[in-house]
Amino acid sequence: MKRALNLIALAVLLAAPAAARMKTLNGAGATFPYPIYSKWFDEYHTVKPDLQINYQSIGSGGGIRQITERTVDFGATDGPMTNQQQFKVDGKILHIPTVLGAVVPAYNLKGVEDLKLSGQVLADIFLGRITRWTDPSIAKLNAGAALPDAAITVVHRSDGSGTTYCFVDYLAKASAEWKKKVGVATAVNWPVGLGGKGNEGVAGLVKQTPNALGYVELIYAKQNDIAYASVQNKAGKFVKASIPSVTAAAAGAAMPKDYRVSITDAAGEAAYPISTFTWLLIYEKNPADKGEALRDFLRWMLKDGQTMAGALGYAPLPDSVKAMVAKTIESIK
Amino acid sequence: MTAERAGDRLFRMSVAGFAGVVPLAAAALAWQLARESASTWKTFGPAFLWTLTWDPVADVFGALPFLYGTAVSSLLALLIAVPLGVGAAVFLTELAPKRLADLLMFAVELLAAVPSVILGLMGIFILVPLMRALGSPYGVGMLTAGLILAFMVLPYITAITREVLLTVPRPLKEAMYALGATRWEVVRAVSLPFSRSGIVGAVFLSLGRALGETMAVTMVIGNTPRISAALHDPGYSMAAVIANELAEAASDAHLSALVAIGLTLMAVTIVVNGAARLLLYRLEARG
Amino acid sequence: MNDAVYARRRKVNALMFALTAACAAVSAGSLLMILGYIVWKGASSVSWAFLVNLPKPVGEQGGGIVNAIVGSAKVVGLAGLVGAPVGVLGGVYLSEYGRGKYAFAVRYAADVMNGVPSIVVGLFAYALIVHPMKRFSALAGSAALAFIMIPTVLRSTEEFLRLVPGTIREAALALGVPRWKVTAFVVVPTAGRGILTGALLALARVSGETAPLVFTAFGNRFADNGWLNPIATLPHTIYTYAISPYEDWHNQAWAAALILMFFVLSVNLAARLWLKPS
Repeated sequence: MKRALNLIALAVLLAAPAAARMKTLNGAGATFPYPIYSKWFDEYHTVKPDLQINYQSIGSGGGIRQITERTVDFGATDGPMTNQQQFKVDGKILHIPTVLGAVVPAYNLKGVEDLKLSGQVLADIFLGRITRWTDPSIAKLNAGAALPDAAITVVHRSDGSGTTYCFVDYLAKASAEWKKKVGVATAVNWPVGLGGKGNEGVAGLVKQTPNALGYVELIYAKQNDIAYASVQNKAGKFVKASIPSVTAAAAGAAMPKDYRVSITDAAGEAAYPISTFTWLLIYEKNPADKGEALRDFLRWMLKDGQTMAGALGYAPLPDSVKAMVAKTIESIK
Repeated sequence: MTAERAGDRLFRMSVAGFAGVVPLAAAALAWQLARESASTWKTFGPAFLWTLTWDPVADVFGALPFLYGTAVSSLLALLIAVPLGVGAAVFLTELAPKRLADLLMFAVELLAAVPSVILGLMGIFILVPLMRALGSPYGVGMLTAGLILAFMVLPYITAITREVLLTVPRPLKEAMYALGATRWEVVRAVSLPFSRSGIVGAVFLSLGRALGETMAVTMVIGNTPRISAALHDPGYSMAAVIANELAEAASDAHLSALVAIGLTLMAVTIVVNGAARLLLYRLEARG
Repeated sequence: MNDAVYARRRKVNALMFALTAACAAVSAGSLLMILGYIVWKGASSVSWAFLVNLPKPVGEQGGGIVNAIVGSAKVVGLAGLVGAPVGVLGGVYLSEYGRGKYAFAVRYAADVMNGVPSIVVGLFAYALIVHPMKRFSALAGSAALAFIMIPTVLRSTEEFLRLVPGTIREAALALGVPRWKVTAFVVVPTAGRGILTGALLALARVSGETAPLVFTAFGNRFADNGWLNPIATLPHTIYTYAISPYEDWHNQAWAAALILMFFVLSVNLAARLWLKPS
């Protein structure tokens, strides 16, 4: 008995002292930018070895909740906080845009290479109005494709999600019925479908379920070889999500001072319609050492971090936005 | 002499203090859950329990889909595990040679030690594809969850039923043998009827486990808050919705509704476990 | 006629024998199947590098789970250090002094807590520790696990102490030894093996718990982060890796499952084999 206890005590003691010297920043939120964030925090740890930035991808809803409760040092979301949510915060939370990404309709259909979908059709599928792949409205957009005579397995998020926000924000613009019946938020009351936890969970479900259709951040489709559809934009063109098409969607947007902007269903021939900025949520006033650490990281993110975005399928911030953000960063205390 | 008494009293008081941690924690737990879910009960009343909608956008919450998913998956689990477990216990107690029985029993007990997340892992990568191959549209769903849960409760049913069967008085059995009964006839006419309440107790205890099981269910039930009569359709359970949504409930009403589900779940398991203890108490008194 | 009846009875007997044997084979065999499958899937991904490295950024191949191994050791270790003694001392109270209303309340509460789903205990630890302290932490995770351990250890300790023959107590008391010394130095050591077995089994059980850690320990990419920061654990890591879309993470989930299973089963085996001789 004693020996066992000694061993446990030893293990505990061994683990403890290292921690004292190490500074930690804890963050949580969006799964949408998780691949690029985990890359950044990994790289930044090599730049600043005495700082650990721990990021847990629990969903944007969670990011907003946890930063509001101050259980984390920073949050992350890809659906901006609503006025009502901001009203509840004790203090002021800044939205710092970090990169741009695209939400893609990811599907699992054997032999269908390039599926084409419109906003209306997507909305109808997620409303449960279109239930089979052979539905005429899908067939019309995909002349010649070998669509299976099978039911569509709809996959959506089970958690509060900015990816959801971006996706349903687009659906609400494309379908009046969606806007009326379901609405726009980080978590909605889904009319049909299976729930997966996080972008990871949805991608996992789509990948493992034949005839499934879900929505994930572009990188999750790319990293996992999941096919994704082209979506018809405002100009009527079918556009596949890519760094140029996302950048094009952002080009037309006028960036407001608080950075809360929606760029779904953007105008422009080349614009991908389900694009969004993704934001870090940071208090304007932080405990002394943390404010400085956050500022340092954000400066690094604007300079070195942006160069890593492309490799992971995210579009870097436009120069005009970078200049704005650089100023905002200096206001963090 | 007085010094000794003082020492005794000190010792008794301090161990009593440590024992007190448990009722204290139980009371604090109940109080916390009641307090944090109060606004839900105030807003929706008891109708919370039979409302179908779970809509975080409109802040309208009802627990019915989760109650349904929990109940259906747990009952499915029992439907599968009870005959298996009782059969196994009968074999291990009455029919198998002792050494074989000991060995098998050991394996069954270790099965109970397998962490639920590992069963969930097996569920995702073995059971779900298997169910899909067998014609289930999604693979995940209430039936899949029920199957995984069956594996979780099987060891409990087997072990407790075996304990119960072991308390059957030998003379009763021997009397039957003397009449020329076969082993199975003895099991059917003496052992099982004699053990009925104990077996029902085992079933309730397993039900209590199944109701509260979280990870394995979350991983395979489909996480869809809807009620469907088809068993292979996806559903949601009370424990799973708490695990999925607690850290990210965006509004206070949402958080409160989740805690209300937690409170409900706790109340249900207390009732079920209470019933199990009542049934097994008779056994304890006997053996 | 009689022969026919007898033959039928014998047939039914044989049939039921076979059926129940099949039930037993399924019950015991599923353990072998689970173990075999985990070893088969997990062994190829377990390597020294896997055990001592931190995870790679999402989507990159390789990396390890040292954060989860250290995290589980810390969280479960602290839960055991707190939970086992409290449970044992409480159990001593129940067996040696446990009559009356107070003892009834303790026993009743312990039975209730034993049945409360672990996710609800996690909810409690969140409200009790995470929320007021404004942080997810290893401490909160340990507290949740300790809450699960204490009632189990308490009841098993009581059971084993009750097995100590009354004559041993009486003999020691007759020598004029104070009662508390008899309890602490005679009764408890006599049941020592049993008590320790109960504590070890409880420890093994909580080391596989995931649900109460999801919103208490929360997870961490790094290994050295003290008690007041979020921390990774093996079960939670298995969960997040399993539901991810990454093949590499799936393999790592199996490998982590192998490690967790190895730990849980060794503790179980050790506890059971050790108890046997007494």
